Amino acid sequence: MSGSVAEPKGATKRTLQGLSGLVYFFFYAPIILLVIFSFSDNRNVGVWGGFTLDWYREFGESSGTQDALWNSVQIGLVSTAVSVVLGTLAALALERFTFRGKQVFDALLYLPIIIPDVTMAVMLLLFFAQIAEWFGITKGFATITLSHIAFSISFVSIVVRARLAGMDDKLEEAAMDLYATRWQAFRHVTLPLIMPGILGGALLAMTLSLDDVVITQFVTGPGWNTLPVFVFGLIRRGVTPLINAVSVVMLVASMGLVALSLITDRARSDDGATNTT
Amino acid sequence: MEDPVDLGGVRLMTAVEHVVGEVATPEFEHANEQLKRRRGLLMALPAYAYLIIFFALPLVFVVVYSFATRNRFGGTDLAGWNLDSYERLFTDDLVGTILARSLWLALLTTAICLVIAYPFAYYMSTRSESVRNLMLVFVMIPFWTNFLVRNYAWRVILGTDGPLSQTTEFLGLGPQKYLFTSTAIVLGMVYGFLPFMVLPLYAAIERIDHRLLEAARDLYGTGLQSFRHVLLPLSMPGVIAGSILVFVPSLGAYVTPEILGGAKTKLLGSHIVTQFLEARNWPFGAALSFVLMAVMLATTIIYFRKGGRTL
Repeated sequence: MSGSVAEPKGATKRTLQGLSGLVYFFFYAPIILLVIFSFSDNRNVGVWGGFTLDWYREFGESSGTQDALWNSVQIGLVSTAVSVVLGTLAALALERFTFRGKQVFDALLYLPIIIPDVTMAVMLLLFFAQIAEWFGITKGFATITLSHIAFSISFVSIVVRARLAGMDDKLEEAAMDLYATRWQAFRHVTLPLIMPGILGGALLAMTLSLDDVVITQFVTGPGWNTLPVFVFGLIRRGVTPLINAVSVVMLVASMGLVALSLITDRARSDDGATNTT
Repeated sequence: MEDPVDLGGVRLMTAVEHVVGEVATPEFEHANEQLKRRRGLLMALPAYAYLIIFFALPLVFVVVYSFATRNRFGGTDLAGWNLDSYERLFTDDLVGTILARSLWLALLTTAICLVIAYPFAYYMSTRSESVRNLMLVFVMIPFWTNFLVRNYAWRVILGTDGPLSQTTEFLGLGPQKYLFTSTAIVLGMVYGFLPFMVLPLYAAIERIDHRLLEAARDLYGTGLQSFRHVLLPLSMPGVIAGSILVFVPSLGAYVTPEILGGAKTKLLGSHIVTQFLEARNWPFGAALSFVLMAVMLATTIIYFRKGGRTL
């Protein structure tokens, strides 16, 4: 379908063009300003006072931020790994098989995506308040990771399902006709084909884990912080240039993940093109 | 043809399926079907069990707690169920104010996002494919960028002596107070959730055959008429999907009002958090979250009933 048929002309086109420019300005100006001010030598976070790297140095020396950063990375990696395995299996089951309770499972898988953060946080707080007592779990790493997996599975499975839906399942059958075992057919045919979807899902899970404030704040234990929760606490006590620097570090991390996801996305659409020819 | 007897049980069934095809006996088909079902359930089981334990069960906890009673020590007595927390929703003036304010700001945010995103998404859909994809990438980037950081950026911009107040002062408008107002919250939420509106709208508009708009114009429809009677009705699924995707998180927003709002602009999300982390009234907090969830579910169900599928 070509979009250029109903190309708006004249004043309409210029208005739309100007408006689109404004939308991008609105999207990017705040981010760019934040980066600029993180290099500003002024105690007031929004005032330029000459170039400095002091706030990044402070970030490097502050043990609070370093610990929180390390916690975030560990939780992100573990929750991503687990949710990728569970989410991919769920996607395969839903896309390729029929089984008892499939519809309930499908609905249950959608809920964590549409439920508000705050509600999920409350649910898990009440749950762990009881469970931690019964099973002697210390609140912190374990409870945060378990919670992050709970919302990441759904996102992973949606991304992988989208990939599976566009794939011909006769390929796997063909492999088995050629005497591949079920596992070999999966390992050498299906898995490589859905790999871009799995990677995309993994990056999304990692991003969500590194983004989460509300749920983590509710299920964490005393003295245990992830980077976003730590930064959120700092912001509530009052803004400092240190927060600018930490924010930019988090910004760079998310940009890195976007870049990776765009690369896997590119791979995904390239494969798609070769599949159809 | 291979001898099916040599093959393992699992392999046998697939072999039979391929070799025998449509002439498979009912017994074979039945056995094969059962095997497939069992395998599907087995693959779904880990995620299924996980979501039942760490999602469905916690959901039950919220419902149970919302009927419980807060005791004198800030703990919760689960015995003796009652409707006190729900009653308070209607009798407590503060709650009424907060609910009304949250609804109003969420609707306002949704409306503003829609007004900004619609022409933008339309313009995007009229570009050539390469331009379109590039424009889309630059919408996706803020979508992926850390939410807390994006809100914090506005805290810096709107702050005292910040870039915005310096600009207005330079323009001779005098210093203005932006931070800790409802305006700041709406601004932050529009900024945070705008991509949620753009993406489904774009998906819906891009799918429309643009020749229909041409036809409307050929039949002497004005620009407004062809928008009103052709473009808008055809893009309705996108409008509804985008509105729900913006409205639901706006209604439950917590991070944005905490960073950009003040004590006088408390919203539902913050009020729920307060019940748990400060007031220690868990039953009331549970009732509030249950209401929030009910609103969310109702909106989503209405959406799916209307046949929308562009999430």
